[in-house]
Amino acid sequence: MFHRLPDLADAALVTLTIDSEVITARPSDTVAAALLAAGHAACRETAVSSTPRGPYCLMGVCFDCLVTIDGVGNRQGCLVRVREGMHVETQRGKRVAGR
Amino acid sequence: MTEHDFAVIGGGLVGSAIAWGLAGAGKRVALLDEGDVAFRASRGNFALVWVQSKGLGMPEYARWTRASSDAWAGFAQELREETGIDVAHQRPGGFSLALSEDELVRRDTMLKRLHNQSDLPYEIMDRTRLQKMLPDIGPEVVGGAYCPLDGHANSPRLLRALHTALKQRGVAYLPEHGVDRIEHRGGVFVVHSGTRTVEAPRIVLTAGNGNRKLGEMVGLDVPVRPQRGQIVITEKAAPFLNYPVVTIRQTDEGGVMMGDSLEEAGFDDRIGLGVVGTIAERAVRMFPLLGSLNVVRTWAALRVMTQDGFPIYEESRSHPGAFVATCHSGVTLAAAHAKLLAPLIAADGLTDDFTAFSAKRFHVSSAA
Repeated sequence: MFHRLPDLADAALVTLTIDSEVITARPSDTVAAALLAAGHAACRETAVSSTPRGPYCLMGVCFDCLVTIDGVGNRQGCLVRVREGMHVETQRGKRVAGR
Repeated sequence: MTEHDFAVIGGGLVGSAIAWGLAGAGKRVALLDEGDVAFRASRGNFALVWVQSKGLGMPEYARWTRASSDAWAGFAQELREETGIDVAHQRPGGFSLALSEDELVRRDTMLKRLHNQSDLPYEIMDRTRLQKMLPDIGPEVVGGAYCPLDGHANSPRLLRALHTALKQRGVAYLPEHGVDRIEHRGGVFVVHSGTRTVEAPRIVLTAGNGNRKLGEMVGLDVPVRPQRGQIVITEKAAPFLNYPVVTIRQTDEGGVMMGDSLEEAGFDDRIGLGVVGTIAERAVRMFPLLGSLNVVRTWAALRVMTQDGFPIYEESRSHPGAFVATCHSGVTLAAAHAKLLAPLIAADGLTDDFTAFSAKRFHVSSAA
């Protein structure tokens, strides 16, 4: 659905995992951008009704891009820059307190 | 003959519960409500259905609270059958936790007196025993008090369920009807809201802190004042808190509510960082894992407080047919208001059991 702009296509890449899948992203990507570029339109299931949701506003307002990043739940993917070796997990339902 | 048998003034939890009960008794009811300008405790409360600290000094109130707590499960069931809305009532028993021996002793003393006065069941637990029921307590928690009668509910959903049921029961809900004036003419109350009027032979004042002014219009002294409480709520988390604590509870949807402040701030429902910070700090000392959760909202609301903290239920002597019902526990007492109080008001009025709740108790000479 989403494609990189052509003038950015050759930039250096970082590697991260989404659940068990390994993907590459540009170092300036947010986690939400990386997810969308890798074809993950949905990155979580809602806390009460378990409905799939994905990145929407991309500016920290809608809280629909919540993911677990390196073990910490409910991170806003659009506000976190990707990092080499990062582990991103689809968040299914409520986060666990203390994680 | 007027269109309505009753005009209930105030569409929060107290008014809605009473209107629901009146309609259930076959009465034709108009429910007058303010709009979004209302200081609505019904939307800002902590949603406990709480027994363990209520009524020391007034056994009738302790009994009334317990009666409501006992009626709550059936009330919730009725609302679910009538509206399809589950108000998430649970009664697993509840705790108050102590962060020092001194706090624990004071709690025990208060509960012992309440037990002696009103046979309140409770148990003081040490850390080891507490940990079996609340495994996530922090190292500073020295003990706590458990009362098996305590519980909680989803209070915004309770308000919605009541209003859904009111509509089904044919109650005329009139929003944006703040009341300016009430006249009593030939046995009929004429309630003025701007240029509009609603007439009924009987009225019930359930407008929270607004009852003070409304009461004056029908010969009822209603000495209530706002008392601010502040609340902090976290994002939704997987269930870990299986019992409500008087200052911390996890809602049915997972958010953790914290709040235990009391402030005399007049009609000011703004929050203050100092109080909110203290609430959060105490909560994290009780349950350290709360420190990992994000806070998503804070708010303040105004309790409806009498001098002794007990409710007022009374019929006007000078204006028979005008009742007032006011309390600071609209959630806990919702079942009693709907199932016990409303049928009395619908029939012959308050029984002698309610004499203790009259505002006359505030008029006893201080020298007496």
